[in-house]
Amino acid sequence: METISGARALMKALEKEGVKEVFGLPGGANLPMYDELYKSNIRHILVRHEQSAAHMADGFGRVSRKPGVCFATSGPGATNIITGLATAQADSSPMVAITGQVPVNMIGRDAFQESDIIGIANPVVKYSFQPRHASEIPTVIKKGFYIAETGRPGAVLIDIPKDVQQNEAQMEFPDEIKIRGYHPWTDPDVIAIEKAITLLLSSSRPVILAGGGVIISGAFAELQSLAEMLMIPVVSTFKGKGAFPETHPLSVGPIGMHGHAEANKIMAEADCVLAIGTRFSDRSVGTFTEFEKHLKIIHLDVDPAEIGKNQTTSVAVVGDVKASLRIFLRLLLQKATKKSEHNVWFDHVTEVKEYWKQNLKLHPGELTAAKILRKLREVLPHQSIVTTEVGQHQMWASLFYDVIHPGTFFSSTGLGTMGWGFPAAIGAKTARPDLPVVDIAGDGSFNMTENSLATSVLDNLPVIVFLVNNYTLGMVAQWQRTFYDRRMIGVDQKHCPDYVKLAESYGAQGIRVGNLDELGNAIKAGLKSDVATVIDIPIDPEEDVLPFVAPGTSLKDMILPS
Amino acid sequence: MWAILSILVENKPGILFKVTHLFRSRNFNIDSISVGTTQNPEFSKMTITTIGDEKQIEQIVKQLDKMIDTIEVKRLDEKKTVYRELVLFRVKVSKASDTMEINNIANSFGAKIHDARKDSIMLELTATPDQIENLQELLSKYEILDMAKTGVAALQRGGD
Repeated sequence: METISGARALMKALEKEGVKEVFGLPGGANLPMYDELYKSNIRHILVRHEQSAAHMADGFGRVSRKPGVCFATSGPGATNIITGLATAQADSSPMVAITGQVPVNMIGRDAFQESDIIGIANPVVKYSFQPRHASEIPTVIKKGFYIAETGRPGAVLIDIPKDVQQNEAQMEFPDEIKIRGYHPWTDPDVIAIEKAITLLLSSSRPVILAGGGVIISGAFAELQSLAEMLMIPVVSTFKGKGAFPETHPLSVGPIGMHGHAEANKIMAEADCVLAIGTRFSDRSVGTFTEFEKHLKIIHLDVDPAEIGKNQTTSVAVVGDVKASLRIFLRLLLQKATKKSEHNVWFDHVTEVKEYWKQNLKLHPGELTAAKILRKLREVLPHQSIVTTEVGQHQMWASLFYDVIHPGTFFSSTGLGTMGWGFPAAIGAKTARPDLPVVDIAGDGSFNMTENSLATSVLDNLPVIVFLVNNYTLGMVAQWQRTFYDRRMIGVDQKHCPDYVKLAESYGAQGIRVGNLDELGNAIKAGLKSDVATVIDIPIDPEEDVLPFVAPGTSLKDMILPS
Repeated sequence: MWAILSILVENKPGILFKVTHLFRSRNFNIDSISVGTTQNPEFSKMTITTIGDEKQIEQIVKQLDKMIDTIEVKRLDEKKTVYRELVLFRVKVSKASDTMEINNIANSFGAKIHDARKDSIMLELTATPDQIENLQELLSKYEILDMAKTGVAALQRGGD
């Protein structure tokens, strides 16, 4: 037991959790913790807007699978991180956000820079804390990290009043804690898994649907062993993209609104799906009732509330998907089950894949989505980490950028937050400075958080912004072309900055390319650069993302390029 | 479908807010709610009655269970449960015979009379929501001036 201030205890508790860096921006109500941060060994990465601090922590958390930490002051500092909390929570990303608050005796008096951030954040966090005594801080931090990273990970908010940071107390740092109402892990039910195996083996057109849960749980090897053992084709959700190597013969790619044509086709033909770590989002499955028709669903998920939420399941297995898959494999080995490599279904899947490889019409021109993203894939080392923003470029990345090394592709898939990709890439680079990190961006999204260039340059976190630039809010424009008879409003971004000069003004590298060779060279230059590189790639604003499953329709009703 | 949920929660500030917020954000309905401390001062019990189809109610239970501040969430079987609500009515008395009639109605329901005045009368009844609705219907003939309900409290019978 030692008597120290709440702020000092906070830093000690963070160090005990293994935190080496925090992303943040100081202000009046978190000055005591910043003063202790100054004295600690934790690295501070200064952002230019608190939203980016939260996205950086999120990117860090997804890559390292340990909570990323962000700091913000009270009031507007705290409200600025809300989008970041909601994004992390929607995608089950582990994050701990620590905000300053007005002193306890000022709470509720509409003090300067006071906001009821606990109330505001409630629906977008996994849990929140507001310690009222300095002595609570060590336990609160321990609990916060435990909740953020266990079970289905999520965002945790810890709001610390200024006097609680300043006050001294006798501190006890617990090594273990128990939370009465929190049971993050369930042991997978072996009998349910046996039923699932029977169902899977008795089906003639089975498919594995890999969701984001496979990536969160790191169940890559287990998934691949299972697919190969049973020769079952693997489709994914968009969030599950790259849970399985997309160049593997059994990989069919992401399904959904902008899924691969072959994946949507195969999904619609399947008679049984082994869905692993997915919540069956409307963007993935189209209409719920249509999806589950003619389809037996086996659902593996860590979150019991996801079972039956959007789809009716035949067999459900609650538990960490990696643990569940290991039991699958063990039981299958005991049964010595192996499907022959030449089954009719696999041959059919291969044919369908080949057909779409040959027949999917692509947009004409030199710098088109397909060509630039395939060029990126060609030049980037396989282990490189890719993040995306939100919009057309994101869906093109899904269609044309193959993830070879599992778990190297990250996107704001649930909340769909424009401006996420660039700060998330910086967070990813913080977690893995040894790997190249690329943000596949659109101009509309990049405009939202481009000031993170300052952080990237000054904190020595060089990433590549692969800017797919159509001078338009492209996805909205596509919907206006498709569903609103070309009544284009609010989508024109011609008065954008010159991105080369913008990059250079921050001390970063800016390169505009006019053809694929220049693009290849620019990516290589970015990989070698000590500062961030913005590659401005002008494309045709009329290029659509196709295929397209219109909202409220089923996967089999894809709109194809004409 | 009507369901009674019994939710044991940490007796801490802000939990009622979180529970009711969950109902709002997940698009569920609260039909009635009652909250009180339990024999263990660390816990409170919320009894929430809700309306939805089978799938919705299953989701409500799962989402409540997922909440870190809930210790135990039970969906009570109506047939094996004692559930009661307390209601107070203030009813208008327009003529002398009304008092007699209202008294008779009260007697037939086992309701208590409070605060009998020349122009109004107050009734108290502890009963199931159905019985309360029946009483309300009968009293509406005399004009109900004001009313207040507590929400349902429920306990499963022993041995079940």
